[in-house]
Amino acid sequence: MKETFDQIITKYRDTGGNVIFLLQETQDALGYIPEEAINYFSEELDIPASRFYGVVTFYSQFHLKPRGKNVISVCCGTACHVKGGSKIAERVQRDLGLAADGETTEDGQFTFEVVRCVGACSIAPVVLVNNKAYAEMTADGTSKLIKQLKKEGPDAAN
Amino acid sequence: MQQTDVEYKAQNDDGKKKVVVRVCIGTGGLAAGGKEVIQAFKKAITDFCVDIDLDFTCHYQKVGCRGFCARDVLVDVVDNNTSVTYQGIKPDNAYRIVKEHLIEGKPITEWLIDDSYYAFHSKQHKVLLKDCGSIDPENIHAYIGVGGYEGIKKILAGMTPEDVIAEIKASGIRGRGGAGFPTGVKWEACRKAPGEKKYIVCNADEGDPGAFMDRSIIEGNPHSVIEGMMIAAYAIGADLGYVYIRAEYPAAVDRLKLAMAQAHELGYLGKNIFGSNFSFDLKIKLGAGAFVCGEETALIASIEGERGMPRAKPPFPVHKGLWGMPTVINNVETLSNIPYIIRNGAAWFASIGTEKSKGTKVFALTGKVKNTGLIEVPMGIRLGEIIYDIGGGCLDGKQFKAVQTGGPSGGCIPASLLDTPVDYDSLAKVGSIIGSGGMVVLDETDCMVNIAKFFLEFTQAESCGKCVPCRIGTKRLYEILDRMTKGLGKEGDIELLEKLCNDIKVTSLCGLGQTAPNPILSTLKYFREEYEAHIKEKKCPAKVCKDLLTYSVIEEKCKGCGACLRACPAKAITGEKKKPHKINTSICIKCGACFDVCKFNAVGRE
Repeated sequence: MKETFDQIITKYRDTGGNVIFLLQETQDALGYIPEEAINYFSEELDIPASRFYGVVTFYSQFHLKPRGKNVISVCCGTACHVKGGSKIAERVQRDLGLAADGETTEDGQFTFEVVRCVGACSIAPVVLVNNKAYAEMTADGTSKLIKQLKKEGPDAAN
Repeated sequence: MQQTDVEYKAQNDDGKKKVVVRVCIGTGGLAAGGKEVIQAFKKAITDFCVDIDLDFTCHYQKVGCRGFCARDVLVDVVDNNTSVTYQGIKPDNAYRIVKEHLIEGKPITEWLIDDSYYAFHSKQHKVLLKDCGSIDPENIHAYIGVGGYEGIKKILAGMTPEDVIAEIKASGIRGRGGAGFPTGVKWEACRKAPGEKKYIVCNADEGDPGAFMDRSIIEGNPHSVIEGMMIAAYAIGADLGYVYIRAEYPAAVDRLKLAMAQAHELGYLGKNIFGSNFSFDLKIKLGAGAFVCGEETALIASIEGERGMPRAKPPFPVHKGLWGMPTVINNVETLSNIPYIIRNGAAWFASIGTEKSKGTKVFALTGKVKNTGLIEVPMGIRLGEIIYDIGGGCLDGKQFKAVQTGGPSGGCIPASLLDTPVDYDSLAKVGSIIGSGGMVVLDETDCMVNIAKFFLEFTQAESCGKCVPCRIGTKRLYEILDRMTKGLGKEGDIELLEKLCNDIKVTSLCGLGQTAPNPILSTLKYFREEYEAHIKEKKCPAKVCKDLLTYSVIEEKCKGCGACLRACPAKAITGEKKKPHKINTSICIKCGACFDVCKFNAVGRE
């Protein structure tokens, strides 16, 4: 882990010292931003951890917890909202037994999140499964997708 | 004639006769299976056309967003200058199209586009989207082939920065990102501002829910944005530019990176471009997901690596921007217009549109309208023309209620104002804005209180928290709307909303807070009776607000088929087969699944 952190720090220094860049690199490498990364960067770079947390919690892109193998993102932008996006979100939540947006199932297989507009409004409502867009989705269609992913099991997830 | 390449590449065009199949790889196209369709055509053309002797060659070509996303995957077959368009094409269709149309010259009539496709295009005026839907966005030569980079060449061959600014001012173009500030004036201020280094920034942080114009332009014609930035850089005296783009648009980021690499390779970016003294380079900064970063000073903070918090203006970014240096921030669509203005002249641009709003505007037409997609219209077109002539009216014969323009900073315009011309000033007059170009159509089944709540839920979550009116005010607005939709609205709530809205508008630090009340104020203005029904009668006239509804089975209509019973996730429905069922309202979660699934309209919702 330390090696990864050091590589990221080198890149950070080479590119002029940009905190968002540092965090994006960390998340690209690890899938989320662990507390130990922030503590390590804070020590090495002499930047208070609070500044990292300030940036991490400000932007929706960053995650402080590991994400599931499959990420189901239900779009609730305006066009998706009026075409029933929230019904799909409710169904996904129920299917996966998750209480809130951004949670991950205990087995680490699924993360559910609500996103605000992925820019595919003409084919609303849209669901993204691992970043692949599914057009004109329904609650039933999404349930089926999830069932299929469950069947494929942990190894098939990409 | 023997052929080798099956993919059409502009730079290899030898002028010989060829038939080209164009496949949309815009967002809509890809979601509908565009990639698979391309593969199918590649295979079909290879299988059928390579080994036989024809007096022409056959190719496929990737193109950007075609606009009419509702009919994806759209495929054009272009033979010389005639083009025939197919809609809803699946990979399985490729073989027949290649065999019957490309080789035998007989179009397959049952797959052709219908009249609504022509209606969709009849009132449009495509400038930016014309190239977007007809050239390969992943090939710089395709852009060069349609006159690309001629604008910057023309400038470097003999226009001073002042000439360029004068030309842009004369065109009358105003910013396409929201506020509508005259672009030439902005450039001039930056040109004149003292500073050892200057920057041009392209704002591609399209955060408005309901908008995807910028995404489609970058994905469909990335070089037009790069050329626009080069021209802007030359005019203001910058040699470095940044594109601040959403990380949520991976395809757009990839296309842009590819376009930049190709431009570098040909020497279109870098030092001493076209042998002149002008040098320019570009960097991409990935936005990390914050709506407020669309605000100029917040965007600057974000590029610098900090929390995207706006600061008070003045000083404006044209005087003190990125790293304290004079900076111009222009939106994607604005920059994409620039090469066309330089190429065709300011007079050409100014001839389109109205007196104070020149040119065309790209809109994302979505929501409850038949023909959803990306449209480009001349400024000044009537709203009704967009909704009915281009959009084809509401889906499923429902009645039009309102159109929401401008996203969370905009408002809802009712049916009675469909004659309003679509330009900056007319939309402002009716309480909305053009904004970046989102246009969401609402029908009789949409609740306006719910829509206002939807936007406030968004803005209060996206408020950066720096200034009190926005941080706390938008939260209170949301709470009041939330309780109205739950049947807990109180007498006096409407007046409270109005007062709070006006206070937040005048006291917020940046545009986010100053415009956040617009969705409430405009719906209050045109749909006040809906608010009153929520408060006084505890009813939602559009039957959207869950807590104000009860579901029940209409016994005389129920056939006892059991569809609702199976659909109910809460197991709140009981009943024997072929006998009327019952809904236990104490455990009903009001999800509406029974209502949606019943074929006999036997579920009542009041």
